[in-house]
Amino acid sequence: MIKHIAAVFWKQIKDTLKNKETLIQFVMFPVMAMIMEKAIKVDGLPSGYFANMFSAMYVGMAPLVSVAAVIAEEKEKNTLRVLMMSGVKPVEYLLGVGSYIWFACIAGALVLGMAGNYRGKGLAVFLGVMAVGILTSLLIGAAIGTLSRNQMMATSLMVPVMLIFAFLPMLANFNETIKKAARFAYSQQVGVLLGQIGTLDRFHVSFENTMVIGMNMIIALLVFRYAYRRSGLA
Amino acid sequence: MEYAIEMNHIVQRFAEKEVLRGIDLKIHKGEIFGLLGPSGAGKTTLIKILTGQLDQTGGEALLLGKNTRKLQEVHQRLGMMMDQFGLYERLSCYDNLKLFTKIYDVEEKRVEKALKKTGLFEDRKCPAMKLSKGMRSRLSLARAFLAEPEVIFLDEPTTGLDPATAAEIHKLILEEQNRGATVFLTTHNMEEAYKLCNHVALLNEGSIVEYGEPEEVCRRYNHQKKLLIRLYDGKQLELPNDRKAAETVKEYLEEERLETIHSTEPSLETVFMELTGRRFE
Ligand SMILES: Nc1ncnc2c1ncn2[C@@H]1O[C@H](COP(=O)(O)OP(=O)(O)OP(=O)(O)O)[C@@H](O)[C@H]1O
Ligand SMILES: [Mg+2]
Repeated sequence: MIKHIAAVFWKQIKDTLKNKETLIQFVMFPVMAMIMEKAIKVDGLPSGYFANMFSAMYVGMAPLVSVAAVIAEEKEKNTLRVLMMSGVKPVEYLLGVGSYIWFACIAGALVLGMAGNYRGKGLAVFLGVMAVGILTSLLIGAAIGTLSRNQMMATSLMVPVMLIFAFLPMLANFNETIKKAARFAYSQQVGVLLGQIGTLDRFHVSFENTMVIGMNMIIALLVFRYAYRRSGLA
Repeated sequence: MEYAIEMNHIVQRFAEKEVLRGIDLKIHKGEIFGLLGPSGAGKTTLIKILTGQLDQTGGEALLLGKNTRKLQEVHQRLGMMMDQFGLYERLSCYDNLKLFTKIYDVEEKRVEKALKKTGLFEDRKCPAMKLSKGMRSRLSLARAFLAEPEVIFLDEPTTGLDPATAAEIHKLILEEQNRGATVFLTTHNMEEAYKLCNHVALLNEGSIVEYGEPEEVCRRYNHQKKLLIRLYDGKQLELPNDRKAAETVKEYLEEERLETIHSTEPSLETVFMELTGRRFE
């Protein structure tokens, strides 16, 4: 069990190092956040404003896109089938890929947190919120990857989903109607939680935060279960 | 248990189409078995059923005594190379194999051995996507052999390869047999089947239409019984393969005019063309 998960994890490290597209996923937003935080100083803008904005986008995009892309590619290239035929169980595979991407994204989140000048307890809370957001995003990505027969199908499914989750939180800043719709997206809730870290003593997780993120996870799991029952992983 | 694989009336339907119509075959332990058949006959489909990748519509199959509908625990004892190789394109040859030593929980030393055996050691750092077709086949084969499995499925292991590369692959397959493995392969290449296989079966339109040792199958179809003779002056003659021809042949021999003489035993190819009514691709 652990050996299989570790093997998949190892494969994923090797592959990411040789795969520029996935690497860009992991580093683009953290780097952009660093630059924006350093370059743009507007009076009245709370510290960590850009870091939070990019973090919400990162959570909506990077884990989701990478997991879906990895699964879809393995399906298309038949490598997933080879793994299964060698005795790797679907759950071992998903844990291997999922945990790897989760760690990679947490590393990205650490950079984002530093860009936002979070320290100590603030940084811990920031990473905690990000960890939950990344997990939700992973589940959605796994559902999309399992649903797709090949990379093309995965792309056409993941682009709209990713755009909604990544950009709603940003657009919500500018438009009240969008803000209402955005409440139902886990990435928006992550953004809301991150926004409270600046005033840490007033930080609290609301019922709405928990409900929306929980529901997003449950929907992802249901879609995953539907796709998995229909045709398995490979 | 004397059979590695047993099939009992396997039926496979895709929608309305009946691709396999009741396959009964037994594959002996330690043999190389060749499944022949024209394109679309259902060879890959049968392999998928036997390896548990596809749940058949009807009938049962046993692989190493286990029902193929619920294959678990036998993965380690099973090696395979499908028509799509399933290599990790960005990983090197070495890493492609190393991954599976981790999965099978065998020593990493085997990677080097396998690479040397398949002639890929020089290219061990080369990513799979940069390999030639023959190299990809060999890497895929090396992976299939890595766990030293008891049963190996090879779906068209030599299709599209030059004769020299194909011969190297034959050598590797024979080595696996010598180690004690049972090999189940499909091929379009009759010569390959003749040389390599202990038993062959011909699958046509979903049914097994012929089964046996390659030579035995060929002999069974030897109803022409003719001699083909070529003389030094370029003349060619067809004689019946019986007593009456003896005189004629003797004459040519004494006159030193005989260049070549062949008996027209059918090859597997002619047998199967006769049975399927079409040519193999
Ligand atoms: N998943 C599927 N759904 C529907 N039809 C299928 C499916 N898989 C295979 N078939 C059909 O079954 C038939 C046999 O296919 P199969 O791939 O087993 O042939 P094959 O003997 O391996 O051919 P080749 O020599 O070209 O590899 C084909 O007509 C194919 O279209
Ligand atoms: Mg085939």
